[in-house]
Amino acid sequence: MYQFLWLVPAIPLFSFVLLTLLSGSGISKRVVAVIGVGSVGISALLAGLIGINFLIAPPPGHIYLQSLWNWMIVDGFSAQIAFFLDDLSLIMMLVITFVGFLIHLYSAEFMADDDGYSRFFSYMNLFVGSMLILVLADNLVFLYLGWEAVGLCSFLLIGFWYHDPANGRAARKAFIVTRVGDAAMAIGLFLLFDHLGTLQIQQVMRSAIQQWPVGSGLAIAATGLLLVGAMGKSAQVPLQIWLPDAMAGPSPVSALIHAATMVTAGVYLIARTYALFSLAPQVLTTVAVVGTVTLIIGGFSALVQQDIKRVLAYSTISQVGYMFLALGVGAWSAAIFHFMTHAFFKALLFLAAGVVISRLHHEHNMYLMGGLRKRMPLVFWTFLIGAASLSALPLITAGFYSKDQILWSAWSSELGSPLLWIFALLGALLTAIYAFRMVFLTFYGKAQPLVEELSPIRPPGWRIAVPLVVLATLSIGAGFINTPETLGNFPLLSNFLSHSLPQAQLVSSSITLQLILQIVAAITVFTGIGIAYLAVLRSPQIVERIRATSAGARLYKLWFDDWGFDRLDNEFIVYPFVWLARQDKNDIIDRFFDWVASLNRRFSRFLGQTQTGRLSYYLLGLALGAVLTIALVVLR
Amino acid sequence: MLTIPSYSGLVLAGTLFLIGLLGVLLRRNIIFILLSLEIMLNAAGLAFVVAGSAWNQPDGQVMFIFILAMAAAEVSVGLALVLRLFQQVKALDVNAADEMRG
Repeated sequence: MYQFLWLVPAIPLFSFVLLTLLSGSGISKRVVAVIGVGSVGISALLAGLIGINFLIAPPPGHIYLQSLWNWMIVDGFSAQIAFFLDDLSLIMMLVITFVGFLIHLYSAEFMADDDGYSRFFSYMNLFVGSMLILVLADNLVFLYLGWEAVGLCSFLLIGFWYHDPANGRAARKAFIVTRVGDAAMAIGLFLLFDHLGTLQIQQVMRSAIQQWPVGSGLAIAATGLLLVGAMGKSAQVPLQIWLPDAMAGPSPVSALIHAATMVTAGVYLIARTYALFSLAPQVLTTVAVVGTVTLIIGGFSALVQQDIKRVLAYSTISQVGYMFLALGVGAWSAAIFHFMTHAFFKALLFLAAGVVISRLHHEHNMYLMGGLRKRMPLVFWTFLIGAASLSALPLITAGFYSKDQILWSAWSSELGSPLLWIFALLGALLTAIYAFRMVFLTFYGKAQPLVEELSPIRPPGWRIAVPLVVLATLSIGAGFINTPETLGNFPLLSNFLSHSLPQAQLVSSSITLQLILQIVAAITVFTGIGIAYLAVLRSPQIVERIRATSAGARLYKLWFDDWGFDRLDNEFIVYPFVWLARQDKNDIIDRFFDWVASLNRRFSRFLGQTQTGRLSYYLLGLALGAVLTIALVVLR
Repeated sequence: MLTIPSYSGLVLAGTLFLIGLLGVLLRRNIIFILLSLEIMLNAAGLAFVVAGSAWNQPDGQVMFIFILAMAAAEVSVGLALVLRLFQQVKALDVNAADEMRG
């Protein structure tokens, strides 16, 4: 079974090539859908079979390495096209293919009226294929290939509706901002190769442990650079600015970027090279701090958005912040667990929001919705489950179990502290508020004129309904594979991952303390939901009154603009760069060439004037020339 | 037999040539330009004939036959061009066809 591993990324890539080649030949949308969705479906099926095999009869050392061929061999450096399967990449692979398949299935119906149907599916397939390369790569060069291809796909898909220049701008912004991180990561790879002589991930980690003492400068530099790369892809402060604008793409694209691919790449990179990060505790602390800052900032920004997709975008930033926090305190498996549950509920939320938006004729503003609960029951219930999982509603949702593990690790891990826990708890409060603000604004309350006008709303077909229901089931059920000691003590996923990722080192393991913290977290979530209920449905005038004060208005503006990061970047990076480019355009060397050009232009204009178009002038010139020549000959 | 001095013949040829040249330079109607060209050709032919008779050689008259043949060819091409020009600019004025001016 394992020998089919290479097919998992190869099939979507093959389908990408096929769809691209066929795109001009006028094949029907039905065929495109079969190829585009089917390829990812087969890939998911294969991944599932390999996963079952892995559970029943794991390969020796829980590692399976499939080398296909040598990619390049240059003077002692060799990179292979090789796939590395262990518990970590298996989980990633399963989530990517499975959630990816559901999103593809959804897109088959969602994009049905779009002219770029075949183009859309070819890009989506490339996206899934690249992400699979990223997580299955055995060396960092191959991983970097997937990393860059993912960036390319996000560019193509965010700018999918390229007729609107704003979408093109958003696509370029995503590409350029992530490029900042990618450049740092490339330098990090050079540094690793220069000092360790290999980029094969397992060898890198092994020789780094042998050669570098804990806290050595090289380890800090290398991991710091990798961290910047991860921050770019995973949209962490201050490189998070591309993600909200990335909402310009179609909703399934947002779901794919946020849930299964792209933003989780950074989390995977850090987890994959955990041994390097363990050598640099300072950088790990930075990871935790970056995650914490991001989750707070993202949470506050999500509170005040009006665009339903922007709320979800900021919530992704915030939730990936949780994953970074978990990585930073050494709770590797907690981060992966949260990645998994987040993939389910965030994909669900985006897909459900996509239905709402498309049924309301591309209206994104939540304040123009309302009252959709009775009109779109299926979407309402699935969205509600997604939002509950996002806000970690205790006991019944998957989000609760994964977030609880992060909160507990943040408090009790060696690298954690109660301070981190307090901020994470604040983040949980914010999450509950914005998640249910979204639910209440969209589905409860009085239906706005737009909704009334478009009622009755056509229910979605099976290709949309099935992914929603399956993801909703997973958003609830996926939590039970890893329950804490206080609630059943069934850490299946952590145990499974322990082969490739070490368990978090806990300082305190008091069950009573854990229980107390859980209860506090549960109360926080309910408080958040209560606040959302009060602020949106019960007495919105309170919020209005706060917003009317000058401090409230200023805060609102600050959060609405994502803490002014965009302006900051414009002021400190974009404008100076443009200024510099403009200066460079007018420097002294350019003056010389400008002068040559203008001289030529003037001379040409002068010669042009002699071409009067009058035949007699030309003939006169001819005659005078003849006279002159004869005179020269005769009078010599 | 009364002979015309070659001096007079050459002056006549020069005068004719000058008249033709002035016609080409000053006229704007393309038909008249072609006519003037013919005058210039004939002036040159006259000069050949005069020179041939001065030296008692038949070459001058041979050259005149050549010039006549060439003039006939030139006129046929020239008139075809005139027709095209007229279709293009709806006028016989050569200055009307100055689209390519600098």
